[in-house]
Amino acid sequence: MTNQYYLAIVGRHDNPLFEIELSATKGGDVIGGSREQNANKREDHKHLNQFIVHSSLDIVDEVMWNTNSMYLKVIDKFNEWLVSALVTAGARFIVLHDAKNEDGIKNFFGEVYELFVKVLMNPFYDIGTPIEMPAFEKKVLNAARKHLFN
Amino acid sequence: MESKSASIQRKSTNILEKPLSKGRGEINLSTFAFLFSELVQYCQNRSSSVVDLQQKLASLGHHVGTRILDALYLRERGSKRELRLLQALIFVKTTVWKSCFGREADKLELSNDDEKTYYIIENESLVNKFIFVPKDKGSLNCAAFSGGIIEAVLNGLNFPCNVTVHWHKGTTYMIKFEESVLMREKSLESR
Repeated sequence: MTNQYYLAIVGRHDNPLFEIELSATKGGDVIGGSREQNANKREDHKHLNQFIVHSSLDIVDEVMWNTNSMYLKVIDKFNEWLVSALVTAGARFIVLHDAKNEDGIKNFFGEVYELFVKVLMNPFYDIGTPIEMPAFEKKVLNAARKHLFN
Repeated sequence: MESKSASIQRKSTNILEKPLSKGRGEINLSTFAFLFSELVQYCQNRSSSVVDLQQKLASLGHHVGTRILDALYLRERGSKRELRLLQALIFVKTTVWKSCFGREADKLELSNDDEKTYYIIENESLVNKFIFVPKDKGSLNCAAFSGGIIEAVLNGLNFPCNVTVHWHKGTTYMIKFEESVLMREKSLESR
């Protein structure tokens, strides 16, 4: 079974800022896309991802006061999914994954966080609104290729 | 032909491709003062009272604060977060102030009669350096802008608070935290 990942960026008020599903095709290429785009291709219960992420937010809020590190590692499990989180100043990054890959996810988080901060620096981006930049999605895919699927 | 090449160039300088600023850039005080004066004038033309004007300045400070917080976190904190109230305040007093105004704020004090209230004191606020407040606006303090920065940074760090600005020993920022912050602080202490 190939690895699958689902990344969600959640704002301070539990508002979703960005989400993407990441999986490798048979040819080894990494594809991603929002849930709507992939809905036709997948028939199983991928729609549950948002629920899993949402329910893990409470655990994130609890665990984040036990450590002063940003990267919280695996904080929760749901069926086959493991939940890893990164808590930053302005947002929470949550990745669902079905295989252990601590360092890979840590590096992936680091790169995505840097991209996220670059988006924040844009004065025309309203903080707390969903990120709808095709370039951002592309960069996240590149980061996933580099750190998650190798 | 020229315009075409220009548009191609613009495409390649997407903000995601550019490296983040290292944050050591300094600008002339006069440039900053001129920009800030425009900022104050802009707000003044759109507000009816002193309170209104201060609120507008604070909301502009919010813009700066929320952005600088994440930038500083990425740049300087090395994937560590602040958990304790005092650490967070010191972070504001030193790191944030240094990166915004090139030096630390002068003092950080706890109120004598209220443990929810802290003061950050600046003898000579940089934003107020060239500002002369007219008599009919006696209570106006344009440092409401930096007050907005403080508020945004502390809120971003999960320490919800309210910041007001006063003329006292120079400029004093009065930071009133919400009850929940102190409760969490106590539970962290007992661990």
